[in-house]
Amino acid sequence: MKEQKKSDTQTPRVGAEQIRLLEKLCNASGVSGDEGEVRKIVLSEVRPLADEVKVDALGNVLAVRHARAGSGPHLRVMLDAHMDEVGFMLVKDEGEGIFRFDSVGGVEVRYLVGKPVSIGKEHTPGVIGAKPIHLAEKNELKSSLSLDALRIDTGLTSKAKLGDRATFVTPFSRLGPSLRGKALDDRVGVATLIELLRNAPENVELLCAFAVQEEIGGRGARVAAYGFQPDLAIALDVTPARDLPAWDGSENTIYNTRLGAGPAIYAADGSTLADPRLLRYLVQVAESRSIPYQIRQPGSGGTDAGPIHLTRSGVPSISVSVPGRYIHTPVGIVRLEDWQNTLALVHAALVSLPADIFSVDR
Amino acid sequence: MTTDVQKLLKQLIAMPGLSGHEAPVRKAIHEAWVPLADEITVSRLGSLHALRRGNTQWGASGLRPSVLLSAHMDAIGMMVTGIVDGFLRFTSIGGLDPRVLPGQLVTVHGRSDLPGIIVQPPAQLLPAGSSEGAAPLTHLLIDTGLLPAEVSRKVQVGDVVSYAQAPIEMTGDLLVGHSVDNRASVAVVTHCLNLLQTRTHVWDVLAVASTQEEVTLGGAMTSAFGLNPTLSVVIDVTFASSPGSPAHKTFPLAKGPTLGWGPNVHPGLFKAFKELADRQEIPYSLEVMPRHSGTDAYAIQVVAAGIPTMVIGIPLRYMHTPVEMVAMKDILRAGRLLAEFIAGLPADFADSLAFDD
Amino acid sequence: MKSLIKKLVEVTAPSGYETPLREVVRAEVEPLADQISVDALGNLIAKKNPAGEGGLKIMLSAHMDEIGVIATHVDENGFVRFTTIGGVRPHTCLGGRVRFLNGVGGVIGSDRLEDAAKVPGFEQLFIDVGASSRKDCPVKVGDIAGFERPFSEMGSRLVSKAMDDRIGVVVLIETLRQLKQTPHQVFFVFSTQEEVGLRGATTAAYGLDPDLGIAVDVTATGDTPKGSKMEVKLGAGPAIKVRDGGMLSDPRVVNWMVSAARSAKLPYQLEVLEGGTTDARAMQLTRAGIPAGCVSIPCRYIHSPSEMVDLADVQNAVRLLLALLAVPVTLE
Repeated sequence: MKEQKKSDTQTPRVGAEQIRLLEKLCNASGVSGDEGEVRKIVLSEVRPLADEVKVDALGNVLAVRHARAGSGPHLRVMLDAHMDEVGFMLVKDEGEGIFRFDSVGGVEVRYLVGKPVSIGKEHTPGVIGAKPIHLAEKNELKSSLSLDALRIDTGLTSKAKLGDRATFVTPFSRLGPSLRGKALDDRVGVATLIELLRNAPENVELLCAFAVQEEIGGRGARVAAYGFQPDLAIALDVTPARDLPAWDGSENTIYNTRLGAGPAIYAADGSTLADPRLLRYLVQVAESRSIPYQIRQPGSGGTDAGPIHLTRSGVPSISVSVPGRYIHTPVGIVRLEDWQNTLALVHAALVSLPADIFSVDR
Repeated sequence: MTTDVQKLLKQLIAMPGLSGHEAPVRKAIHEAWVPLADEITVSRLGSLHALRRGNTQWGASGLRPSVLLSAHMDAIGMMVTGIVDGFLRFTSIGGLDPRVLPGQLVTVHGRSDLPGIIVQPPAQLLPAGSSEGAAPLTHLLIDTGLLPAEVSRKVQVGDVVSYAQAPIEMTGDLLVGHSVDNRASVAVVTHCLNLLQTRTHVWDVLAVASTQEEVTLGGAMTSAFGLNPTLSVVIDVTFASSPGSPAHKTFPLAKGPTLGWGPNVHPGLFKAFKELADRQEIPYSLEVMPRHSGTDAYAIQVVAAGIPTMVIGIPLRYMHTPVEMVAMKDILRAGRLLAEFIAGLPADFADSLAFDD
Repeated sequence: MKSLIKKLVEVTAPSGYETPLREVVRAEVEPLADQISVDALGNLIAKKNPAGEGGLKIMLSAHMDEIGVIATHVDENGFVRFTTIGGVRPHTCLGGRVRFLNGVGGVIGSDRLEDAAKVPGFEQLFIDVGASSRKDCPVKVGDIAGFERPFSEMGSRLVSKAMDDRIGVVVLIETLRQLKQTPHQVFFVFSTQEEVGLRGATTAAYGLDPDLGIAVDVTATGDTPKGSKMEVKLGAGPAIKVRDGGMLSDPRVVNWMVSAARSAKLPYQLEVLEGGTTDARAMQLTRAGIPAGCVSIPCRYIHSPSEMVDLADVQNAVRLLLALLAVPVTLE
């Protein structure tokens, strides 16, 4: 039986310790299907915090913290964040250290050329080179490079081999109110979930899934939800903030979310129509506690809530994301205050979750 | 034993068994598997399940762990969508390249089996501008040689149509025909079961000839749910190098099966197979699958609470044409690899499949 | 039956927000069923107990949801940008009217295009609700609307938005109403979120784990000028689905349906649909697999605000289902 944590009515905060943990998480390699490095960090963080921890057949870390308050039955709440990041796999050795590669997950191809990468368990350095501008024909410069035309160069005598994974290399750093790094999607979610586990509310069965392979179809979350059989689920992710100025000065209508506008609550995306009861509830919690929030623009894209809500006989689910600029590229940016407010919102929602939230039909 | 497996495969690729309509080929596989298994059943979606129980002493409590070997028995083909002046309009079942079709001999499975040919009408009878480029499937017709009245009596919308290409044995122990995708893998599983007749193994073996892989992966998905195995190995054909095909996506014919590596494969299983193949001196290629395997493994891996899965590939030239080409050597090697794997599985193997850390 | 159809099609209930329709359906089926329940995804399940032995557990599924739109942005002048819920095409939006769930009506307009001959993309369309600024706009990001078009009759042809799949819902209600005795345990499932990926039927089928699954949904026809080369036509009877874009019906189920239609001397057609799928696919792939098929109502102009069915096809679909449920099933 784990020791009682401090009162769960105190809002957990993002402080220096949390940022250090996020840095460790972001700098770790964890391409979909190869999450080992991240899993190791997560396991060492959650083992002291949870009542039960296991790693399942796909590599998900499943951590359970039982309810502490009152007699049962308590709502079984699944929280999910994914450990994997988009990246690459070396698919053909062309000799002299040059490898053909393919993407794992939806990588923004335009951002790849001229970037460094980190390969395999040894973090062997490599580069996605480009023909020098001096040697390129004028019309070549007009078209963007396709993945097929790019190669990873690992130098003449490296240990890189066929089948190795490669990730972006952007050391994590703090830029005033912002945090910059690679794999903010979804290490921010992972860090948030660890904090929620650290400050676990007493009134619910907290079922935490640190999921694998979200970026290639929500594969880990699907089996995690099957195993957990929760009453409801919240997926914690990072969603694009495309809040840049329009070329002609007109209003940007496709921003998806905006940095600084708070946690993004999903009404609908490509994978899930959020349970309206959860949507209403989260908005009400945000408004009553004056936590800024935004509704993520409905449209394409998906989160782990997609596969989760369709497991077994169905699980009422919703996603809450931290807005992030340039995700799925080598360098992303999030605002510290958005992260803080996301943590505060989800924590508050758990703490005051009414046991009869589903007494009214969907 | 070699000739048995080759004979079986030749028999299987000479018969129809389109996705959703696998009964003919299931019957043949059933007959071949009866002497090799303890129990044979058919799932609600028509997959064939053969259980070969572990044959060592089992002192522990609880059931024996089980390994599911899955090879899909369904094949791509066509379906009648309309009858016009005795000619048949049709659509595809599974992924067909329409350019391969004109001039192909087919069998229309109506009230009786009717031979037919796929024809492309002259350009003047097609929409303007369609003489350039490939004729889409909707422009093609099947001619059975029969008069319209007889066709209307014997054929209706929804009847399936299979390729009528007879199997061809070529030098170098190569076999050519339609539906080698994926009957070749059924042959692999059969060879494995053959070899296990004289071996001891702790684990139960569930051999599954699955249905509807070419359309929904439905057979494997539902069979895995019903059988609830401890782990699973999927055998499917993969791309063999042939003229014009990209080198980084293809593998040499007759140089051994491929071992899958990527998110759809459990790294512990890959390691076990690789080490075994090295020990047994079975040649193989590494098949890197960055996102998914394009096989039943994609469905099986995420059934229920998750199943550790491995993918073995059999190189095949000209996939999804009626002249698919496979090397018998690769089939036998893969079957042997599977048998050795199963025979060598200790009772607690699943526990040792923990992830890296 | 016509008044029931009119009542149902005129409700606004896009995917994920089926509650208004579910209340109407519930009122109809509550007096007819042995048990009613609503599950986690909002599916309404009406159970009819068997009389006698030798029956199967059968799931019938028709979806309550319709395609619609969802607000993505309200601009500074009060115009609402939107995206789609389910398979909506820009062609059918131009000049259309919508009704938001909060009662607000709107008209769909388009940006001025360089090339007037082109069809705009969704990012060039907007909804005008009559507001003049963001502040006084009664719609916000995330609000849902359905298309608005009244029900209309043209002889035996019935036209409305949301025939897909309110007509299937009506067929199930009427089947339940007229079902005297059946040896089977029948679950009439009024499913949700079919248009966005068969989501309701997926979870309902898992929960019920039936022996057999039959969807009732619309299918396209090939009988309009220079139409697709499909044999199904309006008025020639309910269609027995052999396959569609997402599944192959179990041939045994197809044979069973054909035999029943023949024995009951009902008109029927065999259907091969090239694009689109139904709840039958979700049922087929559930758990250890469920033999599945579909009774389809031929429908012209699917996913437009003027979907057209034939009343005789609808009535014969009910008769076919009654014939199927009346006796024990033999699948071969």
